[in-house]
Amino acid sequence: MPKVRVYVTLKPSLLDSAGRTVSDALGKLGFPEVKGARIGKLIELDVAAYDEGKVKAMCDKLLANPVIEDYRFEEVG
Amino acid sequence: MRVAVIRFPGANCDQDGYFALNDELGVKAEYVWHEATSLAGFDGAFLPGGFSYGDYLRCGAMAARSPVMDEVRRLGKAGYPVIGVCNGFQVLCEAGLLPGALLLNAQQKFLCQDVYIEAVNRNSMWTRGVDRILRMPIAHGEGRYVCEAETLHRLEQDDRVAFRYVSPTGQRVDEWNPNGSTDAIAGVLNEAGNILGLMPHPERACRELTGSVDGVLILRAFSLVHA
Repeated sequence: MPKVRVYVTLKPSLLDSAGRTVSDALGKLGFPEVKGARIGKLIELDVAAYDEGKVKAMCDKLLANPVIEDYRFEEVG
Repeated sequence: MRVAVIRFPGANCDQDGYFALNDELGVKAEYVWHEATSLAGFDGAFLPGGFSYGDYLRCGAMAARSPVMDEVRRLGKAGYPVIGVCNGFQVLCEAGLLPGALLLNAQQKFLCQDVYIEAVNRNSMWTRGVDRILRMPIAHGEGRYVCEAETLHRLEQDDRVAFRYVSPTGQRVDEWNPNGSTDAIAGVLNEAGNILGLMPHPERACRELTGSVDGVLILRAFSLVHA
């Protein structure tokens, strides 16, 4: 069965406060080279058949909020 | 005035709304399950706070696509009072009934405390006559209001910023903006001014026992308005 990976990320202009916490924690754990972190979502869908238009519709309808997020997706395996 | 208190799975302020409206505001509030396909006979809706669908995916995302939301949309379009508090605000944004979105608080903490808010708009059914600083609680992890610059400009131009976080004396300063909301926005209105989204909880500030009765000044819209 085809699998689709949808990546949803917060728009670059928006403060990602959870990402900032992770970045700060990595700094404290001895990784001072980390200057920032942003957290997104990976959504894996099992679909009966891959249809790019339909995946886009799923993203627009539910998986991503265009006010705050960007998305991209790919078919895998 | 019959108000539908919408119950989404995971909502937890539905009872607060129900009792505030019935006992303190003198309007008839009734619970309506999110799968309802009709709000016939209702003249308003209250979307409560909580964690609908466990906040999965995004706060309010799944609730915004519930069957009952078509009817909430219908009431809103017809000019009836519709308010979404906390998670209810997130639902209204996700449903596209209000602009913008609510993100994780800037300082990453869940906040449970009193805040002070000021009505910016003074002409809507929700804000008319609210001419003093109100105190009421917030309880949220994701209450940082954001929207695109263009949207913000439009909101301000059209006088649709309903409430802003301020200091107890009405100063707009960062220390009193609890979650880092853009322009300290605590609540916004739709174009017609009958749909309000608000992060603070007016329904928890309707009797002396809970520490404040300032919420009445907002929720009284339900008893004053006969759309």
